[in-house]
Amino acid sequence: MKLGPLGDSAVVVTLGETLDATTVAAALRLAAALEAKPLAGLVECAAANASVTVLYDPVRLLKKGGPSPYERVCEWIEARAATAGPPEPAPGRDMVVPVCYGGEFGPDLAAVGAEHGLSSDEVVALHSGAEYRVSAVGFTPGFPYLAGMPARLHTPRRKTPRIRVAAGSVAIGGAQTGIYSFETPGGWNLIGWTPWRLFNPHAQRPALLQVGDRVRFQPIGPEEFGTARFP
Amino acid sequence: MSRIHVIKPGRLTTVQDLGRPGSQRYGVTTGGAADAGALRLANLLVGNPEGAAGLEITLAGPTLQFAEEALVAIGGGEFEVTVEGQRLPMWRPLWLKAGAELVLGEARTGCRACLAVAGGFAVPRVLGGRGTYLAAGFGGFEGRALRAGDVLKVGPASLWARRLAAALAGEPRWNSVRWEVGAAARPRYSAAPIVRVVRGPQWDWFGGEARERFLSGRFTVTLRSNRMGLRLAGAALDLETPREMVSEGVVVGTVQVPPDGQPIVLLADGQTIGGYPKIAVVATSDLPLLAQLRPDDTIGFQEVSVAEAQELLLAAGRLFATVKQGIALHAA
Repeated sequence: MKLGPLGDSAVVVTLGETLDATTVAAALRLAAALEAKPLAGLVECAAANASVTVLYDPVRLLKKGGPSPYERVCEWIEARAATAGPPEPAPGRDMVVPVCYGGEFGPDLAAVGAEHGLSSDEVVALHSGAEYRVSAVGFTPGFPYLAGMPARLHTPRRKTPRIRVAAGSVAIGGAQTGIYSFETPGGWNLIGWTPWRLFNPHAQRPALLQVGDRVRFQPIGPEEFGTARFP
Repeated sequence: MSRIHVIKPGRLTTVQDLGRPGSQRYGVTTGGAADAGALRLANLLVGNPEGAAGLEITLAGPTLQFAEEALVAIGGGEFEVTVEGQRLPMWRPLWLKAGAELVLGEARTGCRACLAVAGGFAVPRVLGGRGTYLAAGFGGFEGRALRAGDVLKVGPASLWARRLAAALAGEPRWNSVRWEVGAAARPRYSAAPIVRVVRGPQWDWFGGEARERFLSGRFTVTLRSNRMGLRLAGAALDLETPREMVSEGVVVGTVQVPPDGQPIVLLADGQTIGGYPKIAVVATSDLPLLAQLRPDDTIGFQEVSVAEAQELLLAAGRLFATVKQGIALHAA
């Protein structure tokens, strides 16, 4: 565990250099342990892949003559990490996301296969056969970064990003898969599309997929879009 | 409830407050006014809580018609403000007669100003904030920038504001007090500022020369800058050895460096997760200076420790508290 400042109002706690399941789970557990007993002046602890971002209000933590707010937050993180107790199962829901793979919905499916000597069907089987963990939500609101993609599907980002990627596009970027939550420019390889709406600021759960959720993909055909809408 | 009609929307006018902290987990940026210092001071001048929703105005301002009399204040970059051709001062409470048409012209210096109205703009709170998040299309006024024909609602003014308005009323078009928030109490805006930074998490990834260039050089703000970030141009900042990193959290003020070596400083609507190495993070006290930069302005960076950055923020808070007291006394 490595702590360092991210400016004067945040600390980044790094739990590893890779996106393996153990590191991701450790970040989830630490974020949950920190938020379970928050320090006064804490704004938020957000797990992000192999790290946790701890946001705080330094003005509320300043004490004349005492340690700096940054030092106080670091001491608190270290104390919580040491006494957080046995690893509890990190929170999270099981979600099955319907995806229409290939064709106009996933224009890079064949190219991803070609990169690894796989047919499109094999890519779909590998991608929908794995269980993923939401390791971060960001880039745009509700965009889930999913860890746990089979190594045979790791594919570098496109050299030239697309100017427009449709919301709902299921994509591969390096070792991660993710789902575009808004229409934005994007450099990931598009392999499919889901009719689910990933972000709704007025919903009880603004981001449909949240850090810690376990995700599987269910291949569907375009004729199933109507019934595959998230309730 | 009092109403304001948007006659001309200006270049980019949005409803903003002090943002929605605590939404990082949803991938939602803190947002709010890019120049929070200007919004807070403008709100004080009209008797509002410092985080009430105001208008953020960009480069060329809107024309607003006030259906009823109102108390307003404008802070930030220097804009031309007129009512029927008469110039109005910034950084003061202004009383406007019912029916007055307030014209905010071009920015003379800086990039953005904040207009506060007594009572604040009454827009719904979404995810804990009233600010407009343009990229995601929610918050503020219908999740978008203002357009001609929009009608904005204003909340109830405080007793303080109503007393001040009553004292200023009676002039044919507008009136203002004889005092102002002095230059010493405003952010130290500049078209070529040196902003204070704390070393970023990947500072060590950059070569000694790149770090030296970052702290001693000047960078030019490019046209591709907006509320999400300032894209800078200058001597390339390269990594000692090229390497990939696992994406991690970023915050407003983060200076990240993509492979082309040209830094991007994240502003209020910047993303929440980033995969580029972060050479530094701007001190919170200096964020208002970033908000006032326009294309072709230049910026330099000066290193401070985390403790120093936090002291700067505390000092800014003390100054703000003094101004608040002063304003309360003036109107009493």
